[in-house]
Amino acid sequence: MSSEAERSEASGQASGETASSEPERSEGSKNASGTDTTMDPNVRETPAGKATGDRTDTLLQTDDLVKRFGGFTATDSVDFSVDEGELRCLIGPNGAGKSTLLKLIVGTLEPSGGRIYYDGQEITDMEPNERVRSGISMKFQVPSVYGELSVRENARLPVQQLADGAERRRRVDEAIENAGLAGYEDVQASALSHGQQQQLEIGMAASLDPDLLLLDEPVAGLSVDERTEIAERIRRLNREEGIAFIVIEHDTDFVGEIADSVTVLHRGDVFREGSIEEIESDPEVRRIYLGGEQ
Amino acid sequence: MAAESATGADRGALARIRGRLEGPNTVGNSTGFWIGFAVAVLALVAYPLVGNGESFSLFLVLALLGLSLSLVWGYSGVLSFGQVVFFGVGGYTFGVVSINLPDPTGITAAALTGVVVGGITAALLGYFMFYGGVRDVYVTIITLVSTMVLQTFMAQTAGSEWTIGEAALGGFNGMPAIPLLELGITGVVSYQFVFNTLELFVPGLGTVEVDPFYYLALAALVAAYLGLRVLVNSDFGRVMVAVREDQDRTQMFGYDVKRVKLLTFTVGGALAALSGVLYAARNVYIDPQVFALWFATLPVIWVSVGGRKSLLGAVIATIGIEYFRLSVQGEMALVVLGALLLVFILALPGGIVPWIAGKISGSAVPVSELDDADAPAEVSES
Repeated sequence: MSSEAERSEASGQASGETASSEPERSEGSKNASGTDTTMDPNVRETPAGKATGDRTDTLLQTDDLVKRFGGFTATDSVDFSVDEGELRCLIGPNGAGKSTLLKLIVGTLEPSGGRIYYDGQEITDMEPNERVRSGISMKFQVPSVYGELSVRENARLPVQQLADGAERRRRVDEAIENAGLAGYEDVQASALSHGQQQQLEIGMAASLDPDLLLLDEPVAGLSVDERTEIAERIRRLNREEGIAFIVIEHDTDFVGEIADSVTVLHRGDVFREGSIEEIESDPEVRRIYLGGEQ
Repeated sequence: MAAESATGADRGALARIRGRLEGPNTVGNSTGFWIGFAVAVLALVAYPLVGNGESFSLFLVLALLGLSLSLVWGYSGVLSFGQVVFFGVGGYTFGVVSINLPDPTGITAAALTGVVVGGITAALLGYFMFYGGVRDVYVTIITLVSTMVLQTFMAQTAGSEWTIGEAALGGFNGMPAIPLLELGITGVVSYQFVFNTLELFVPGLGTVEVDPFYYLALAALVAAYLGLRVLVNSDFGRVMVAVREDQDRTQMFGYDVKRVKLLTFTVGGALAALSGVLYAARNVYIDPQVFALWFATLPVIWVSVGGRKSLLGAVIATIGIEYFRLSVQGEMALVVLGALLLVFILALPGGIVPWIAGKISGSAVPVSELDDADAPAEVSES
């Protein structure tokens, strides 16, 4: 994979636009040259060069999104958007509202105010399962596989909505294969390691053919090898299947490895957006997060 | 998972049927199991020749009630103390309708109405609980309270104002004189199942008289058991189990968790109502004791002892425990049952049938021996 080199090149070129808080509106044409391997190389222009910029196809948009828990405001007027096929990382200190934002997007939390648009439609009042059916899928922070069921039974559950018979079997096998769990089909999921459970859950979430996949700390508590595997997996799903991602992750190395662009949340609001290099070198960000409170 | 033992031209059809009956959600997915199952059914068919089928039929009827709780609690994870509500509603409805229409068509319609009304009652109660966002613990409490409310209510229906058509609800004394269960169409074809004798010619024994209701109850039980096996091993059954295991996760795979619970609760209610209809028909009588706290607790004991995640466990434990309870009689039996429940909750929470099934198949659950303990990675969370 030569993507590291490409990305730094791309983000180097694109810097200057990246601080824009709404990347889909960046009008620039600083194309990330022809070296990239994404599906649609000619339309990239957002910061790190992965999103389909020319068409400015905003996949998800939050408008003035507020969530209060009693007197505590978890997210405060968040305007946040993700383009089709973009791979966005969400970072910020603990309590910045990252998980809350994801939960608002999937609908397991109801917002106190504001609106959410997905694929051109307002989904603010949509039930979570309907949001999933319209293309948003999520991996929870704590690995949530069905511990009592076998790996195969786990993998079957999302897929059975989409396919029958031989096609279903093929997709179940594919999901297991992609999760690196071939040979573990009949193992009870609770007997898998933490990393395997993470992989299985990502595989299950991805097997729904989502357009937007939300991952809440996919590599927390994993070994270096497992991180590398998951990073490759995410990049592959993003590039080959065009799935847009929002990934919450604390580990900036991991973020640097996968992200097109990074959004920093702080005190419930968008603090900065840009490439990982810009974010890491931003003194304000360092102060609130990277250097300071860690 | 497909069958390999079928013979002859219908091998394909048999394998298909067997494929539907088998799956990870039921114990007994082997040829050996089905041979044992056939032997057990044959033994039950032959039982009235040697034992008292008329009294044993009660256990078969109650096993349907046990199955209904196994479905609702064991498979979708909703602990309902209210299966006796639907049981009682089914029984009372059957009584009221059949007293008013005491001919075979009317009685048949009464039986069907009892099942439907029980199902509708479950659907209404379930709708308000699941769509009202009631958490599972409170579902248990609400269903328990429902039985107590109904017991209190039905016990005060002694007056003549509590008469529906010809049928007096009868208050604490219950509703006697439910017509004899005669199913069919008036004047065309019908058969009386209770207080009747069926003469069978058995080679070696000559002509024997047996209770036809026993066979009706046995047929209903076998059909319900096999039907539920198909249900819990279907796509929908897998979603039920997923809801039991993790509601949030299941919702985030695109499933409507509330709807799944409501449908399961409704099917469970209708099955409990079928049990109630047969109970009232068998006894030609029903009283508010069916809503009593001790009776509401019985299905929970049966299903806990047998294994709530096992349909077979519910059937075996219901028959076994009720056989014991009616042999011992009186309060002492309930004390023993309470102790039994405690022992099982503490020592064998999965219930006896899954435990035995685990013993038979060796290690039921293969544990990953392939991976090492995963290295504790650094967590960059502050």
